[in-house]
Amino acid sequence: MPHLTTYIGLADRSEQTLASSLRAVAEGHAHIADVFHTCRTLAEWSDANHEALAPVVERYGEAHDVDEPERLQAAGLAETRGGEIGLLRDLQDLHVLATLVQTTWTVIAQGAQGLRDRELLSITEQANNQTSRQLTWLNTRMKAAAPQALIVAP
Amino acid sequence: MSDRVADIYGVRTPHARGTVWPARVDQYLDPGVTEDAVDRWVQSACLLCSNGCGMDIAVHDGRMVGARGRPGDTVNHGRLGPKGLYGSTRWAHAPDRLTVPLVREGGRLVETDWETAMARIVTTSRALLEEKGPLSHGFYTSGQLFLEEYYTLALIGKAGLGTPHMDGNTRLCTATSAAAFKESFGADGQPGSYTDIEHCDAVFLYGHNMPETQTVLWTRILDRTRGAEPPRVVCVDPRRTLVALEAERTGGVHLAPRVGTNMALMNGLTRELFAHDWVDHEWVAAHTVGVDELRDVVAPYTPEHVADVCGVDPSDLRAAARIFGESQAVLSTVLQGFYQSHQATAASVAVHNLHLLRGMLGRPGAGVLQMNGQPTAQNNRECGADGDLPGFRNWDNPRHVQQLADAWDVDVMTIPHWAPPTHAMQIFSYAETGSIGLLWISATNPAVSMPESARIRRVLGGDQCFVIVQDLFLTETAELADVVLPAAGWGEKTGCFTNVNRTVHLSERAVDPPGDARSDLDIFLMYADAMGFTNRSGQPLIGWRTPEEAFEAWASVTEGRPVDYTGLSYDKLRGPSGIPWPVNAEHPDGTDRLYADGVFPTDTDYCETFGHDLLTGGAVTEQEHRAKNPAGRAFLKGAPYTPAHEQPSEQYPLLYTTGRTVYQFHTRTKTGRSRDLNAAAPDAWVEISVADAEARDIVEGDWVRVESPRGRIEVRARVGNVMEGAVFAPFHYGHWEPDEAQGGGHSDTGRRLANELTMTVWDPVSKQPTFKTAACQVIRLRDGDGPAPAPTTTASAPVTEPPPGRRPRPTAGGGPTISTVLESTPTYRLDPSQDGEGSCRT
Ligand code: SF4
Repeated sequence: MPHLTTYIGLADRSEQTLASSLRAVAEGHAHIADVFHTCRTLAEWSDANHEALAPVVERYGEAHDVDEPERLQAAGLAETRGGEIGLLRDLQDLHVLATLVQTTWTVIAQGAQGLRDRELLSITEQANNQTSRQLTWLNTRMKAAAPQALIVAP
Repeated sequence: MSDRVADIYGVRTPHARGTVWPARVDQYLDPGVTEDAVDRWVQSACLLCSNGCGMDIAVHDGRMVGARGRPGDTVNHGRLGPKGLYGSTRWAHAPDRLTVPLVREGGRLVETDWETAMARIVTTSRALLEEKGPLSHGFYTSGQLFLEEYYTLALIGKAGLGTPHMDGNTRLCTATSAAAFKESFGADGQPGSYTDIEHCDAVFLYGHNMPETQTVLWTRILDRTRGAEPPRVVCVDPRRTLVALEAERTGGVHLAPRVGTNMALMNGLTRELFAHDWVDHEWVAAHTVGVDELRDVVAPYTPEHVADVCGVDPSDLRAAARIFGESQAVLSTVLQGFYQSHQATAASVAVHNLHLLRGMLGRPGAGVLQMNGQPTAQNNRECGADGDLPGFRNWDNPRHVQQLADAWDVDVMTIPHWAPPTHAMQIFSYAETGSIGLLWISATNPAVSMPESARIRRVLGGDQCFVIVQDLFLTETAELADVVLPAAGWGEKTGCFTNVNRTVHLSERAVDPPGDARSDLDIFLMYADAMGFTNRSGQPLIGWRTPEEAFEAWASVTEGRPVDYTGLSYDKLRGPSGIPWPVNAEHPDGTDRLYADGVFPTDTDYCETFGHDLLTGGAVTEQEHRAKNPAGRAFLKGAPYTPAHEQPSEQYPLLYTTGRTVYQFHTRTKTGRSRDLNAAAPDAWVEISVADAEARDIVEGDWVRVESPRGRIEVRARVGNVMEGAVFAPFHYGHWEPDEAQGGGHSDTGRRLANELTMTVWDPVSKQPTFKTAACQVIRLRDGDGPAPAPTTTASAPVTEPPPGRRPRPTAGGGPTISTVLESTPTYRLDPSQDGEGSCRT
């Protein structure tokens, strides 16, 4: 199952990337209280998804050396931007990362179905759920920030 | 003749379960004024807390000189508390009333006339609109204006300018109440009624120190707990309040969770209901969605686990849950201990969950009262001056927005509805950067009441934003403004307001405002005229000039909505009692309690919100909501407990909470100008537990410094009723101080503002700031020369015998009042104890 293991590796790494990027955005916009606290909470969810995957990684292994899916890897957000428009862009980057995470879980869930692997299936369901909540918050926050940032921010 | 500062609740009128609360008429007149000298009594209701007691204002020689409870009013049956008696009218003729507009010239505020002041506002407003558009304007209002004023301002903001940046200080006091209703029941609206007190066999008070916040409501409870078949009281509060004492007296329970752990406690109580099968399965199946998810969420919260997190005894938790599970009719009330804490909305929703699981809603005695802090907070929520759309409409539902556009005859695109309304903390952040360039503040004092005061002062005092303040006095906030407008207050203008249990009162003008002061309504109309706002037909956008016309316009936009005022008019409100909405053709006399039929306003096309993720605030979409097909069923929504944002550390080992005292209201603008009240709680203090005091060598009355990562205060210590590890500070005291004759003239006025220490952080759903969970340290500074200036009559009483010289005298000194228990109780139209129709099927 070389490709399943590739995807498991991808999920593992992209959850970690998402977690560290969420933390970077939290720190970068620490003066915006809800962004600071919520991003840190969401990062913990990604940590939890990553940890939940550990027994599966143990069972199936985690591949890093298959050509095709490598292109899907996204680099994290090492540095954040400033100001209202900067926040908007950072949230948008997080959304892109989270979407990658979510589709990865969706693909793995399909594999788990095929394999009748209940453990993996329940992990993906839980993770997919949490990723949806992350995406929902990012969406809500971007919608709230956008008009002011686009039209009047200094 | 009773001194109601000493005797806060007055004489008891105990009565049995299921019987009507007797009437007792309380009256106060200024020294030297006899009853014969009163020229007339003018109908109104008290504006000094959210209880909304019906009241007549005594007028003598063109001055307001006293107050008397209205015996026929369903809210108070004639009673008034100390604030209503002593605090209602004194401020009105204070020598420091604002009587002319002020404008800033060369850094100083100087007197001017209305034309000059308004021209300055309009010039700035126009220039900003030209340059940046409507998002450059923000409005920050109050919980103390009248309905007509909120609705007029909502129209100016939403349809005249088109800005989403409108909120009130209601965000600080009541936003969670509204948010919790919306999440559980689909729309705002108090399910229960005060008449539930007469019928319940258990009453739970969650973070609600009712004896200090709504004294007359507490009187109503005392008349039950001291009568036949009393209810058991359960108190959830980290302080040993009078509620806690009553819990002990009635065989109830006092649960004192650690500050910031309410959610764990609520999950523990909910789990107990499931574990003992205290669940009305049939009702739950018919009237709710989400029970399975809720059961899963609370499963880990065993009494032992909760005990660990909250520091309560597991057997107390079990006992409290058993009272909830085995009583026939439970009334729950909720206030700031939940609203201003971490996980505010989730914990308040959890109270609804308990009631829903037992089917305990919509019948006499079984109800929920999510309280409000301020007297007219409810109207801000209803009318949309807090950013919501008027009439509990859903900003995310295009059909609802269209209804307003049609009613106002404006393009639907004008009305901002692309995102949730901007909450107060965000408005101040935009003002901080200058992204909002005009901020208009009415009838509130954010420089004292908002968290992290130093920051708020910077925002208001800076050049980046033009600040307009409209108030009765030159408050700490007004001092920082660019334009100050003198407003007429309660009794000097006419309008309506609605209390916690939906009861609408008309408050008539009793006297003229001083000098050139104008009503808030007239001020808003003056701005609208000067700006020339028009509708699509080219007519003035605001089609009314008088409060009564504004009321009629408001009533007409409530048609078909849960908050239905269509059956109300000024004439009808001139009767013996306030009237609770909905009032319409079907319920011409109003409605005592909602949801008698178990049908909730959750239908996707009707609801006020599609809901949120309680942990993050992420918005549920219309499609997701529709997929759940709530169709009139209430939502059971759970959330796990998460630790508070700021945890105690070595440097800041204690937890800081702010709160209220019975003798003061808000930032003391009115109560501080009543000598009787102010002398009872004249200066700030901080309460600390015996153990924490001993560890720091602090005795009663010592000067201490309390500091958090954000700021510090220096006040006197009361060794009091707080839990070990917790510190309590009243938030009323800014640097304004009455003169010595009024009990003022203290030396610590620049160092006592409780909000210097609080954090800028808010609940993800209600956006209510968290005033109750910050880490702090207390350091002894020096000896005091007497006791702390805290009352002895309330939760602030000293807990141990203080050393000689530090023993406070019992709080007393209110002027004489008259209290008459009526022999025959009036008829209250909807009262179920008198076979009133009681409840409504919506
Ligand atoms: S309980 Fe509230 S409304 Fe009633 S008299 Fe006291 S302050 Fe006024």
